[in-house]
Amino acid sequence: MNLVEVPLHAVAHARAGDKGNRSNISVIPYKAEAFAMLVEQVTEERVLAVFAHKGATSVRRYLLPRLPAMNFVIDNALEGGVNSSLGLDGHGKALSFLVLGDITVKVPVDFIPVNSPYRKQLTR
Amino acid sequence: MSKVYIGCGAGFAGDRFDAAVPVVKALAELKGERFLIYEVLAERTLAIAQRLKREHPDQGYSPFLDTYLPLVLADCHRHGIRIVTNMGAANPLGAARRVQALARELRIHGLKVAAVTGDDLLVSMSEADIRREPIIEGIALDDRTIVAANAYLGAGPIADALATGAHVVLVGRTTDAALSLGPLMHVHGWQAGDLDRLAQGTVCGHLLECGAQVSGAYFPDPGFKDVPDLDRVGFPIAEVDEDGSLIITKPPGTGGVVSRATVIEQLLYEVHDPHSYLTPDVVLDLGEVEVEEVGPNRVGVKGARGKPPPATLKATVCVDAGWLGEGEISYAGPNALARAQLAASVVRARCRAIGIGDPVRVEVLGTEAIFDSNSAARRPRIAQSAGGEYRVRAAVRSTKRKVAQQVSDEVLSLYCSGPAGGAGVRQHISPQVSTASILIDRARVHAQIIMVEAS
Repeated sequence: MNLVEVPLHAVAHARAGDKGNRSNISVIPYKAEAFAMLVEQVTEERVLAVFAHKGATSVRRYLLPRLPAMNFVIDNALEGGVNSSLGLDGHGKALSFLVLGDITVKVPVDFIPVNSPYRKQLTR
Repeated sequence: MSKVYIGCGAGFAGDRFDAAVPVVKALAELKGERFLIYEVLAERTLAIAQRLKREHPDQGYSPFLDTYLPLVLADCHRHGIRIVTNMGAANPLGAARRVQALARELRIHGLKVAAVTGDDLLVSMSEADIRREPIIEGIALDDRTIVAANAYLGAGPIADALATGAHVVLVGRTTDAALSLGPLMHVHGWQAGDLDRLAQGTVCGHLLECGAQVSGAYFPDPGFKDVPDLDRVGFPIAEVDEDGSLIITKPPGTGGVVSRATVIEQLLYEVHDPHSYLTPDVVLDLGEVEVEEVGPNRVGVKGARGKPPPATLKATVCVDAGWLGEGEISYAGPNALARAQLAASVVRARCRAIGIGDPVRVEVLGTEAIFDSNSAARRPRIAQSAGGEYRVRAAVRSTKRKVAQQVSDEVLSLYCSGPAGGAGVRQHISPQVSTASILIDRARVHAQIIMVEAS
């Protein structure tokens, strides 16, 4: 199988939420058939590494195969969150795009939606 | 089978002021029990409301009441659409009185308005008792001044308030989902033991509580996730059967989209363990939930499972947390990045020189700074161009307003004492509230329904 390496953004979308100093980030593949491969590649360890610079201490991943979707819960990801963060984004609402941009995956090109700009980049 | 229709008019304090108008229009065309909910009470909003109430005892309800309700109150009453909202904030009774005054101004006759009280722990508990409860999340209370302390009521009191025949129900702190679950329990007669139905009703509330976040807003990513007519996005309407099965849709002729993708994003929003989402009414398990497109802008959701709710209620305690001081300045054109970085280093050096003891964050916006940490430990993923447009931001939190002002002023002084071309300074000094979550015994919380007559 021919695989291409692309940012997670090419094959999944995401939304971030917060409670205190804990962030949750859902990761939802555009195509259900991509789910198993994302489960293999988008691990708790890799997500924790993305948040290492913020002092995150642990990541728990929950799988929802019927949707399909993954939900990452990242402890101490928000430098105190709205209570004490000095950053602009105390809620961590932009962090869904940190995950989508910083994590890359190796997938068949078919997992990228046909009309995605990533497809055009790859065929150029 | 009778359906209940629930529309959402706002997903946070500050949501689009006229979003409910098309929702009310759509609900008016439908037969059956119909409700309009507004969710406007974030964790900190209540502290601001509580401060307001202390200064003006008749206030302390949501200032957005007068933004949202005059647009829809008459139409809702005419068409039998009942309103449930947490605009009561720190003063549900005051809010109910204000709704009656509005009704008089709008010449609406026979409006029944109910307030739900009992969430305010500063009324039912001593401060010392509140401080004794274990904190499950958030900051230590220490000796900080408690501004507000409110338990999350469940859907039961809302259902009870609707049972009085009230057309408008004003609550303070409840779970956001209760704004929908209350009407569903009331109409469908769901009881505490109907756990799977309560679970579906909670899913319904969770999907509606952020307004258009389920119907195409907070979703668009142009080229990747496109949504039509975001400027007139339709706020959601749920159709819920007696067995709990539900469909999310939106008013005809509005922008936005309701799809599997928009619903799934919202389904997991602010959820941690999806198998154990705790509410005062039910512990929700999303593990078997199925989301299916059943028509254009119509998405069915089923399969939520419920377990008995916890013995305790969550409460949020808000305390004074000093001041946040911020200052920003822009640099643009050739070599802008280097000028912005020089400005940032000047502010850092100045804060050290004048002896600012609190941690100061100085960052260059335009370099993915929003992803970075206070220690600037992250390298931006996307290569930065030397020119372009960059904005320097400094921020500090301090118990002293003076310190917040000093740091902000160090950015202001860059106008004449910083790098070339500094422009567009903005300064912001704002009082801060921090929160902690505690768990309290249900026996300490007594919800009350108070009818407020026309004035």
